[in-house]
Amino acid sequence: MAAVTQDTAVSTGRITRAFIYLVLILFALFYLLPLYVMGVNSLKPLAEITGGNMMALPSTWTLDPWRSAWSTAQIGVEPTGLKPYFLNSILMVVPAVAISTIVGALNGYVLTKWRFRGDTWVFGLMLFSCFIPFQIVLIPMAVVLGKLGLAGSVSGLILVHVVYGIGFTTLYFRNYYASFPTELVRAAMIDGAGFFRIFWRILLPVSGPIAVVSVIWQFTNIWNDFLFGVSFGGTSQPMTVALNNLVQSSTGVKEYNVHFAGAILAALPTLFVYIVAGRYFVRGLMAGSVKG
Amino acid sequence: MGFLDIRNVTKSYGPVEVLHRIDIAVEEGEFLVLVGPSGCGKSTLLNMIAGLEGISGGEIAIKGRVVNGVHPSKRNIAMVFQSYALYPNMTVGQNMTFGLEMHGVPKPERDRALADVAKLLQIDHLLDRKPGQLSGGQRQRVAMGRALVRNPDVFLFDEPLSNLDAKLRVDMRTEIKKLHQKLKTTIVYVTHDQIEALTLSTRIAVMNKGHVQQLGTPKEIYDTPANLFVATFMGSPAMNIVPATVVMENGHPHAALTDADGGVHRLRFSQANLAAWEGKNILLGIRPEAITDPEGADRKSQNIQPFTNRVTVTEPAGSDTFVTMTLSGKDAIARMRADASVEPGQKFDFAINMEKAVAFDPATEERITP
Repeated sequence: MAAVTQDTAVSTGRITRAFIYLVLILFALFYLLPLYVMGVNSLKPLAEITGGNMMALPSTWTLDPWRSAWSTAQIGVEPTGLKPYFLNSILMVVPAVAISTIVGALNGYVLTKWRFRGDTWVFGLMLFSCFIPFQIVLIPMAVVLGKLGLAGSVSGLILVHVVYGIGFTTLYFRNYYASFPTELVRAAMIDGAGFFRIFWRILLPVSGPIAVVSVIWQFTNIWNDFLFGVSFGGTSQPMTVALNNLVQSSTGVKEYNVHFAGAILAALPTLFVYIVAGRYFVRGLMAGSVKG
Repeated sequence: MGFLDIRNVTKSYGPVEVLHRIDIAVEEGEFLVLVGPSGCGKSTLLNMIAGLEGISGGEIAIKGRVVNGVHPSKRNIAMVFQSYALYPNMTVGQNMTFGLEMHGVPKPERDRALADVAKLLQIDHLLDRKPGQLSGGQRQRVAMGRALVRNPDVFLFDEPLSNLDAKLRVDMRTEIKKLHQKLKTTIVYVTHDQIEALTLSTRIAVMNKGHVQQLGTPKEIYDTPANLFVATFMGSPAMNIVPATVVMENGHPHAALTDADGGVHRLRFSQANLAAWEGKNILLGIRPEAITDPEGADRKSQNIQPFTNRVTVTEPAGSDTFVTMTLSGKDAIARMRADASVEPGQKFDFAINMEKAVAFDPATEERITP
């Protein structure tokens, strides 16, 4: 048998390596360009933008566009800024993410560890809900929300997003728990733990990675949702709708610097979630795919 | 009525019956081993005792109380799983006391029970570790400790040693036996390893295809197997099964066999009732250790028959030498002393202990009983 030598390995010369890095850096810059444009233009007075140079750094640095976007900009008819809508979004996102994740985890637990007749059908139908486009359910959803007396409220939006999210969260948790040894559940049963105790003490403590996936997925989807927000938001519209109202207003001067600041504000929470939990995201997605 | 009664228990999955009318009474302090090849239903039966699988017919009673519909945690049993099933997020100590905690036992009492068992199993130094930081043997001990802490009526073991390497398995086997002798607990133990069954048990139930083939002490199972399945499944190397014809000589039944060179040998049976089989074919079962050289033969036996045959293969195995020969067209193995001088191809004088020979009916495969 021939010995493995350096010659047989793929050799990368210094020039090749430099070229690879150059390409990578160029791509990185290209992808960062929009963020750069948003950043610099949100920090300069409007005159500098309308003056024509979008790419230049501000000659006068100012935080006024941010203050305006946050608290004084005209959103629709009220000069409230994005602040109240940001709050609406938070009030909607946090419970919706929490509830859909917990329900998804419980569903996954039941569908894998407390199998019943027809459970694959139930799972199949829940999976099916992942493929229903938002637009199809708008009218039935409006009717249901109206009957429940939740139309135009934050609770109504929470309900809509929970219902829509359960399909995905169930899928995540079911597949994660499928590789969880059933013998552990049996041992806990013999030890005298009940349905919720087994879930709480045995399964949840090892569900970290998949919970992160579920939270990130749900958070981004719900935070970025526009259609449900604009349809059912009523007086408590979320951030996305407000941003649209800010940017699309057809009266007055287009304050591009304020729009940029507002757009960044709208994107900050999802960015924050990704930065904090992102490295668990891939880990959770890969969980169960490779036998440890 | 026993301590643990399994009465006419059946198990079906839909129309398929996988366990057929199992009837076993286990006395207090007994070590019952359920042994059989995979798919024989032994683990299913154990899970039914534990309450993890429903009972399709018949009933199971522990201490006289029928437990058919009783939840696993209310049966006062403890189970050791093949994979150990230790909770990965808890320390060894928490693992072991989880059951007591769930049953509402106060903390000081739990700690006392934990300390006792940890000392007994010599795992006191591991109590703060997580299962992931333990070796296979240590996990095995913890799994047993978790069962012991509960102080249950019946211990259930589901192939607890099959994940260990060969040496550790033998050590743990001795350990389990010691524990049983010391604590005198009632144990039902499932394994596919016949050596484990013979060494550990006070009684064995040999199972195949959902039937109990034979229920008896290890000695009964080994010396008087009920049928061909039990005879060949229990013992290593397996019992030699060779075709023979029953002939009468001086008023005694003899087995007529042919050796490798075509010569016919007549070996006198110890069982007089085989006279009824005169002229008929039977299957003769002889354990390898019942075929030896004349010096190595069992001195207490009343019926040693000399016998010459050609040696095909010799396999020195350290403590014994296994000698293969052809008997009535089949391979038969003799277990010799390690220093017996036997060469392949040689004609050798064997001694067969016919006291230990058993005869099977070729049609039913059942043992012909005296």
